[in-house]
Amino acid sequence: MARKTRPRIAVWKFASCDGCQLSLLDCEEELLTLTEFVEIANFREATSTVLEGPYDISLVEGSVTTLEDARRIQEVRAQSRLLVTIGACATAGGIQALRNFGNVEEFRRAVYARPEYISTLSTSTPIADHVPVDLELRGCPINKRQLLEVLSALLDGRAPNLPTESVCAECKRRGNVCVMVARGTPCLGPVTQSGCGAICPAYDRGCYGCFGPTETPNLPSLVARLGELGMDRGQRLRVFRTYNAGSPPFRAASEAAHEAGGAP
Amino acid sequence: MSAEGDRYVLSRKDVSRLLEQLHQRGYTVLAPRVHEAALVYGEIRSVEELPSGWTDRQEGGTYRLERRSDDALFGYNVGPDSWKKYLFPAHEKLWTARRTAEGFEVEESRKTGPRYAFLGVRACEIAAMHIQDRVFGGPYADPGYQARRTGALIIAVQCGQAGNTCFCVSMKTGPRVTQGFDLSLTELLDGNDHRFLLEVGSERGAEIAESLHLPVAPPKDVRAAGELLDRTAAAMGRTLRTDDLHELLLGSPEHPHWEEIAQRCLSCTNCTLACPTCFCSTTEEVPELDGTKVERWRRWDSCFTLGFTQLGKSSVRRSGASRYRQWLTHKLASWQDQFGSSGCVGCGRCITWCPVGIDLTVEVPVLRTGARSKSSEGTAKP
Ligand code: SF4
Ligand code: SF4
Ligand code: SF4
Repeated sequence: MARKTRPRIAVWKFASCDGCQLSLLDCEEELLTLTEFVEIANFREATSTVLEGPYDISLVEGSVTTLEDARRIQEVRAQSRLLVTIGACATAGGIQALRNFGNVEEFRRAVYARPEYISTLSTSTPIADHVPVDLELRGCPINKRQLLEVLSALLDGRAPNLPTESVCAECKRRGNVCVMVARGTPCLGPVTQSGCGAICPAYDRGCYGCFGPTETPNLPSLVARLGELGMDRGQRLRVFRTYNAGSPPFRAASEAAHEAGGAP
Repeated sequence: MSAEGDRYVLSRKDVSRLLEQLHQRGYTVLAPRVHEAALVYGEIRSVEELPSGWTDRQEGGTYRLERRSDDALFGYNVGPDSWKKYLFPAHEKLWTARRTAEGFEVEESRKTGPRYAFLGVRACEIAAMHIQDRVFGGPYADPGYQARRTGALIIAVQCGQAGNTCFCVSMKTGPRVTQGFDLSLTELLDGNDHRFLLEVGSERGAEIAESLHLPVAPPKDVRAAGELLDRTAAAMGRTLRTDDLHELLLGSPEHPHWEEIAQRCLSCTNCTLACPTCFCSTTEEVPELDGTKVERWRRWDSCFTLGFTQLGKSSVRRSGASRYRQWLTHKLASWQDQFGSSGCVGCGRCITWCPVGIDLTVEVPVLRTGARSKSSEGTAKP
């Protein structure tokens, strides 16, 4: 099956740090091969040449935090055959979704000298809250192998292989010794989707959950165990208020810790 | 001439001579070593890499390395991994297909690899290998497994102590190593006389034993080893009644206790991947971006994932309860119909390495009584 067409790819940025787009640039060698088979039509991080839509594949980084972006994502969707969200911001609202738990009006007045110049929504929301999304790539940042897998699958017209099992499965396969069992280190691996390659446990750290919840996360059970391992209520709240704070299971876990109230 | 059943004394300092003999014969010697925070199997080049003076303390969901008061080389039980990782690797390339003018050609992966010598194989682990032999043998034999398995030299260690999550006595798999080994070692530690009873279990083992020119074991060492094994057998951390497991598990699909376990079970897959008998895998194609080549890889899978029973867009076992039930029922009951033995050897890994300490020796009795109480035969020690 020779590839007859060169799909046109666009990369879009919403509220984000650009780290996920950089994962694409970080593909270096593969990027050269890739450009033989795809036309990078719109990728401002890499080139100022911008070709008009429509696009076959849009990679969307970032969350929606302004009215303007809520409008812009509709335009992106309208010009894209496939829309793939990349990273925790685009798939769960990102670290900036912490605003969803706070008072944005207060922040605005406290932080900015001229708050009237700041126009923002009171929430940071994932792209899928605004438009239909064809595929989500998790992670903060995304994993470059997974990104290449998605692009290669799209080129070959097959389903990409993106396991939704836990980080534990990757730990066991690569031979990491479980940090929770062997060191008593709190770890979000059992409720976090694989894909990173189990990096943190390989360096004796608990998983921070940057790939978001697994296919069937059991938060209450893990949270109870985190408590037994010595995490107080405040820590159990904060551990779920990071990159994927806005994902429904992690949100429920942090809110449950919050509601537990009383002594931290 | 040495022969099966012969027994010798191997002094502590002779262990390095044993290693030399193995290396001279071209074996890659694999043994437990202190790695990260556990005793993990890996390659050793010298006897200094063995975990002298280390032990492990295990409980449901907890493993801790600790110092012993002596310099025992094998004074601990099984760790997070098993020899499965060498015989049935977590990732294995099965074949490569390359595009040609006419279509494509397939090249099978080579089945030859290093020749392994496994040093420190416990009785339960030998039993686990025999179970996997039935899985990867027979009419659909796995050539890679077969090659690695027949090439591997098994140097067993008789357990001088039982771990807190061990229950090989219940499963009739240990602690005595009685078959399936080339050489076996029983560590005898009295005062300054640190030595091993070395027993020959095969011709291959006999040839190695002979090259060491060791003194024949005196009856008192044979007796001491026997007594040590009796003490180990009497000190199992866990027990499991087995006579009714087949009917019990197959007769309890609707038991409310599955739902109770599912409240705790994380579906994290750790128990299955740590288990030395679990054999499930999935395959995936890894194509080259330019479309000229694709590799087929096999990797460990687990019945705790949704993908495991995915048909079309949905999965058959969507609830945590159904997945845990599948695992335990297969392991303890339907395995008997499938392979003629239990799928559990009583090594305790699934208990220790479950992040929330779910313990089959505690759960099974609850199924039996129908009650929800946790007072069970499961935990012998508080
Ligand atoms: S089921 Fe548990 S105790 Fe039994 S062999 Fe597997 S890991 Fe060991
Ligand atoms: S289960 Fe038995 S053979 Fe296995 S490590 Fe424990 S005591 Fe040794
Ligand atoms: S029994 Fe324990 S190790 Fe196994 S999937 Fe459930 S939580 Fe994970």
